[in-house]
Amino acid sequence: MTFNEIKNRLSGKTVGIAGAGGLGSNCAVALARVGVCKLIIADFDVVSESNLNRQYYFYNQIGRKKVDALKENIMAINPVVEVESHDIKLDEKSVLTLFAGCDVIVEAFDMAGMKQMIIETVLDELPGKPLVAGLGMAGWGDSNSIKLRKEGNLYICGDEKSEIADDNPPLAPRVGMVANMQANVVLEILLNK
Amino acid sequence: MKITLNNRIEEFKDVDEMTVQQLIDKMNFTFKFLVTKVNGKLVKKEERESVAVHDGDDVAIIHLISGG
Repeated sequence: MTFNEIKNRLSGKTVGIAGAGGLGSNCAVALARVGVCKLIIADFDVVSESNLNRQYYFYNQIGRKKVDALKENIMAINPVVEVESHDIKLDEKSVLTLFAGCDVIVEAFDMAGMKQMIIETVLDELPGKPLVAGLGMAGWGDSNSIKLRKEGNLYICGDEKSEIADDNPPLAPRVGMVANMQANVVLEILLNK
Repeated sequence: MKITLNNRIEEFKDVDEMTVQQLIDKMNFTFKFLVTKVNGKLVKKEERESVAVHDGDDVAIIHLISGG
């Protein structure tokens, strides 16, 4: 497939991104670069200095709403992409209202409890909907442990073992690997349809 | 009984069935946040005490690790 054919195939496709931190911001940028037609992004947080070691934001965006800053960054890369941003803390109900119409949903939360919420909600309420989750990406090195596991319509990217801690922080290289792996899985799903 | 757990064969001697929760306990999965599936079907947290696992079942117990 040529890049033009890929762009044609992606026209009309919508991807939902739940969370605009390390996973969500990097995954959204990768999808915007290849030309996914529409991104629906939800997050309630603001950009802080500690985010800049892995998240797709800039120093001069500290204090801004993440969804606003991310939309601005995506527009600067590929203004053709439509970005629908929602400044909310997602729950079972809003996951369904925002993402039910998406072709693929990306789980990009940081907290385990939120990951559980969206996975159970999508598997239970939106059967057949592809959900691409990121599980395990803290620290550095150990590149070969990052892998893809498919459980029906649930795709799991990550090493499934490295939990964040004060002495094992999430950092740009491994978070970026998982975020881009998620984008790669999204692309595979959209292009194979 | 013999089951597939996270794509690996696990054998439990002298047991014909157990609930998903009993399986979690038996495997010493102490993680607070898990997603469980039996034969591809989601078993929600509140259903783990009532849904049983039998010989030949394909079980996924996904550990929800913080970070992102």
